[in-house]
Amino acid sequence: MRLSGLFWILLVLCAGFTGPARGQGASDLAPPTDLVAADIPNDKGHGVQLTWEPSADASRVQFYEIYRLPYRPPDEGPPLRPEETVDDDWMRVGAVAGGVTAYAQTEGNTTIGAENNPLYVPRDAPTYYRVRARAADGTLSAFTPAVTGIAKGNWFHTQRVNVLVIAFVLGALMLYFIQKAKRGEKIYIRPIPGLSRIDEAIGRATEMGRPILFVLGTGTAAEIATLAGYTILARVAEKTAEYQTPLLVPVNDPVMMVMAKATVKEAYLKAGRPDVYNPDNIFYISAMQFPYVAAVNGLMLREKTATNFYMGVFHAESLLLAEAGSITGSIQISGTDRVAQIPFFVAATDYTLIGEELYAASAYLAQDPKLVGPLKAQDMVKAAILMLAVLGVLEMTVFKTEWIRSLITPH
Amino acid sequence: MGETSWVDLFWTTVAALITLAIFSFLYKDNPAFKFVERLWVGITTGYWTMLLYHTSFTDKVVTPIFRQGQWWYIIPSILGILMWFRLSKKYGFLARYSLAFYIGISTGVFIPLTIKASILYQLHGSIRAIEPTWSGLMFVVAFLCMICSLSYFFFSKEHKGLLGVTSRIGIFTLMIGFGTGFGLTVMGRVALLGHRVSFLHDWVQQVVGTVF
Repeated sequence: MRLSGLFWILLVLCAGFTGPARGQGASDLAPPTDLVAADIPNDKGHGVQLTWEPSADASRVQFYEIYRLPYRPPDEGPPLRPEETVDDDWMRVGAVAGGVTAYAQTEGNTTIGAENNPLYVPRDAPTYYRVRARAADGTLSAFTPAVTGIAKGNWFHTQRVNVLVIAFVLGALMLYFIQKAKRGEKIYIRPIPGLSRIDEAIGRATEMGRPILFVLGTGTAAEIATLAGYTILARVAEKTAEYQTPLLVPVNDPVMMVMAKATVKEAYLKAGRPDVYNPDNIFYISAMQFPYVAAVNGLMLREKTATNFYMGVFHAESLLLAEAGSITGSIQISGTDRVAQIPFFVAATDYTLIGEELYAASAYLAQDPKLVGPLKAQDMVKAAILMLAVLGVLEMTVFKTEWIRSLITPH
Repeated sequence: MGETSWVDLFWTTVAALITLAIFSFLYKDNPAFKFVERLWVGITTGYWTMLLYHTSFTDKVVTPIFRQGQWWYIIPSILGILMWFRLSKKYGFLARYSLAFYIGISTGVFIPLTIKASILYQLHGSIRAIEPTWSGLMFVVAFLCMICSLSYFFFSKEHKGLLGVTSRIGIFTLMIGFGTGFGLTVMGRVALLGHRVSFLHDWVQQVVGTVF
């Protein structure tokens, strides 16, 4: 009995000291008002934008807390509705500083590992939100009334019209110049230093009786630089077929190997020497960067390649390859569009195709209207870009407006 | 050092010997390098095969189709199977459909991204007002160098006259940029070498501490 009495006394004392729970019942901190939940435009439909008016006690608010009802998958029952819930059903999704009156919730994953993701924002279905304020001393305001946000997916990103316009103009110009080239009209392409050395380099390997190495880089078959590399590979393969010089093409990707085999085989057929084509000379090594490099470096030393071509996408391996080739005394011609790797090729190889020169080289060699036409179109777009840049700077300097800059703002 | 177990020491020694074998390439090609090179290629190929099996075949074929009933995953699976027809002389052409789909969809994804990242962001960053300050002067120099560098990449016009002058300045600008990039990366590579040498130093200390 005495213990029971003591328990009740302690309970009453504790209740007296703690008072009413903070944020529950009446609070002297005014809540935010006019909460609005709207769809985030130009997205896949898994985002809701919340905005509200600040609390009347804005100076006391340290931050606003955002709560929502958790997502319930259809197989677990109908979605939770505010009137059927208690405070514990709501979960906090984030908080923003007192001066901020907006919050965006974006979540497209229905699961986290094997568990359902309660923060998932379903498309075309309601998600309920409410917000409250918290003062620096921990005082909580009441919640705003719950509001409904319905996320909607959009097929068209209205803020990316500038990308569409550039793609459209470039596409139209390309088609125009391709047609022009197909009609037989001459489109001038300036000679590219390094390309003229390709024949010389192949001739050197032939004279020395040593193989030629062609490295397509460590990118994927879908990358533009790799595709340009294939065009140059075709040209080199045609020449090696003519001179009967072995051509080694080690690759780091199975799809690239298939394409390289097709390219070389076609080139040998074109040269009228299908009998010289050896499919075993185009081989897969490893998909991982440095083992691939180690193997190619070993290949250079053992096969004593007289000429090395590096054409495509390169990463940290560029200098390792070019250095090893330099040690073996090979003549080396390189080309990549990776700006960070060009310095190494410039320093360690004999000739380098810098950036876009790689694409131009493939057009120059192939003289195919489908390659020459786009090159001319690109030049025109480049000229337009330069004009826009100059006009944009002049506009901002002279007129103090940003109309041109706003046109090309990326989103 | 005395607390290092023999098992730890064994594996650290293996790593150190492999490092030395790789470095031996700097002298000349030799059996140790050849062995390590093949070991590395073999291990990574095995690792990559299993990784692809789990991340591609299991996660993208078996789980969606057979466990989650997402039948539309059959379409890319069929395209993947078509790649194997490459091995057949008669039906080898079927592999081209997969390749065409792969190249086409990748290019379609890349083009808008490239326009945004390589054109819009660069152009947006290059446009600003010229101010009568030191920073404004630097901006004018950088802006002119940018125009000259871009003019070097005009391919359908002969580099003569004004274009000849601007492209010449452009290639000098590019070389200055490449030199800076080269120096920066070489410093990074020296740091990597330092890390490796430090590892070998620790290994020697470990061996001395454990054995003696």
